[in-house]
Amino acid sequence: MLDKLPKLEVAQPVRDLTDWIKEKFEFIFNPIKDDFGPFLEKLSEEWLAAIPAWLFILIVAVLAFFVSGKKFGFAIFSVLGLVFIYNQGQWVELMFTFVLVIAASFLAIIIGIPIGILMSKSKVIQSILTPVLDFMQTMPAFVYLIPTAAFFAIGMPPGVFAALIFAAPPTIRLTNLGIRQVSKELVEASEAFGSTGLQKLIKVELPMAKSTIMAGINQTVMLSLSMVVVASMIGAPGLGREVIRALQRADVGAGFVAGLGIVILAIIIDRFTQYMNKGKA
Amino acid sequence: MVPIIKVENLSKVFGKKPQVALELLDEGKSKDEILEQTGNTVGVNRATFDVEEGEIFVIMGLSGSGKSTLVRLLNRLIEPTEGSVYINEQNLAKMDKKELRQIRREKMSMVFQKFALFPFRTVLENAEYGLEIQGIDKEQRKEKAEKALELVGLGGYINQLPAQLSGGMQQRVGLARALANDPEVLLMDEAFSALDPLIRKEMQDELLDLQDRMKKTIIFITHDLDEALRIGDRIALMKDGSIVQIGSPEDILVNPANEYVEKFVEDVDRSKVLTAENIMKRPETINIEKHGPRVALERMKEEGLSSMYVVDRQRKLHGYVTADDASAAVKKDTKDLNEILRTDVPTVTPTTTMTEIFNIIYNSPVPVAVVDDGTLKGIIVRGAVIAALAGSEVNTEDVG
Repeated sequence: MLDKLPKLEVAQPVRDLTDWIKEKFEFIFNPIKDDFGPFLEKLSEEWLAAIPAWLFILIVAVLAFFVSGKKFGFAIFSVLGLVFIYNQGQWVELMFTFVLVIAASFLAIIIGIPIGILMSKSKVIQSILTPVLDFMQTMPAFVYLIPTAAFFAIGMPPGVFAALIFAAPPTIRLTNLGIRQVSKELVEASEAFGSTGLQKLIKVELPMAKSTIMAGINQTVMLSLSMVVVASMIGAPGLGREVIRALQRADVGAGFVAGLGIVILAIIIDRFTQYMNKGKA
Repeated sequence: MVPIIKVENLSKVFGKKPQVALELLDEGKSKDEILEQTGNTVGVNRATFDVEEGEIFVIMGLSGSGKSTLVRLLNRLIEPTEGSVYINEQNLAKMDKKELRQIRREKMSMVFQKFALFPFRTVLENAEYGLEIQGIDKEQRKEKAEKALELVGLGGYINQLPAQLSGGMQQRVGLARALANDPEVLLMDEAFSALDPLIRKEMQDELLDLQDRMKKTIIFITHDLDEALRIGDRIALMKDGSIVQIGSPEDILVNPANEYVEKFVEDVDRSKVLTAENIMKRPETINIEKHGPRVALERMKEEGLSSMYVVDRQRKLHGYVTADDASAAVKKDTKDLNEILRTDVPTVTPTTTMTEIFNIIYNSPVPVAVVDDGTLKGIIVRGAVIAALAGSEVNTEDVG
């Protein structure tokens, strides 16, 4: 009975749409592919990797010391972790992954916070965006690799953009939530003294929502790290590529070493963003 | 005098069909009936009142009576459904956003029940808020904010965060923030309700004190009748979104407009509110310029009194004479009242409260004289005090 139902065409329209977007927005994609990609590669391979590893580790250790409230634990962990990665010959891979995460998170935050603000100001925008965000987060992450690879070829740019789509929702959601949670009396107080909408946002709502927004940013950074690893499947360089290479050769040892490197990076980035939130809020 | 704020037919209906609800209100339907029929909640129903410059106008009612909605209609934190609010003859309800902001910045400030201080700003920065958003430069706003903080007694706490202060001090910051703008009108929404009773009383005194010095117009919302009676020059009582009575504290106590008001005021300690004016009687007097002891004795016999107050043509109080002295003087054939005049008169002013009158009347052999600027306005006998406490026989018209 159900077999008699003609097959609904979904895949083909999506294919057509992707081709159409690729063709129409070439003027955006091409510069990203041709300029932004090489820039990121240069940044990781030539500039960051050119900093002597000991200096880089020292800088991270000092920052870790101060951001954790002048405690040694986090600084010592950072030093040991980074020395281990260097020792395993993964230093350049680490730089690639680091640049990818920072680029993707940075873009996700720059785009996510304004969208979150818009969402908090309008019920209509919120009810439209909520299902879209759910969709973005539940769609298997691999699926994003296909169109981004189509738009940006292979390399770092598709990795950044796949990570951007996958990692932006927490920042958007928690910015929205943080602003909506600001107590009504404080909003009234701000209005009663004659604030404009912008003044209310900047002087009251954003400062009040800051720790919630920071929690969203922390999640965004962690998600983009996980996505950057997955993006190695379409040729994004970094620690993830080492994992995939080990998988292809069934080399458990190499896979474990690269995996450990990712864990170390994840812990360092996570603690950094969390300490920054606690310190200022 | 032109009222500084004039409210006309101000209404607020929450819900989807406010106009329908307004029509039903016209038909005399109650708030509950309208909620049932249309699903709309009547917040404020046709409020009309004036507030004079420099007065403390108290809006009081139980929770859900619409008082907090009403005060928010005055600065349009809530948009009115209908009606007008005039401040200095400008209609706030018709203003565009920019004009409204200007009014909020320069003419009206608000103090909130739960203080609504910005927790990430210091006391000084909180007090500066209103000036900061007007774009006033740093030096000037610091100076003004410090002055306002000084005024509420927080000069030494300017660099603390609100969370480091007690409730009473936090609300002083709230008050300083409102005063820093130097507004004409202060809107105070249950400003002292979150404070414990002792601190509340202290703040009420301070508010009255500030009011004396600064002559601001204050619209004060409260659910506490004692507070209303204590600080209000006039009180508006609200029920179910409507104003049921407006009057001086005495008016409200003495002439409750309806059962609702009567119920409300039943529990009030009348001795703290009623004054000499409310319980005094028209005095029987003799005129020192016309009458002698003989007339005095005659009059006392006629009225069945043992003493009588002596005044002149201008009703200036001179003293009193007793029946015993008068009859002795008649026997000695004295003509001049002055010879038997006693001047140890127990006097009070029309605004003396009953609590104070108790102490005076208890020790006095003669009725207490109510004197205003030397003129005898009335007398108070012991029986009147007791009757007033029992809740009857209180007069409202001027007697003298």
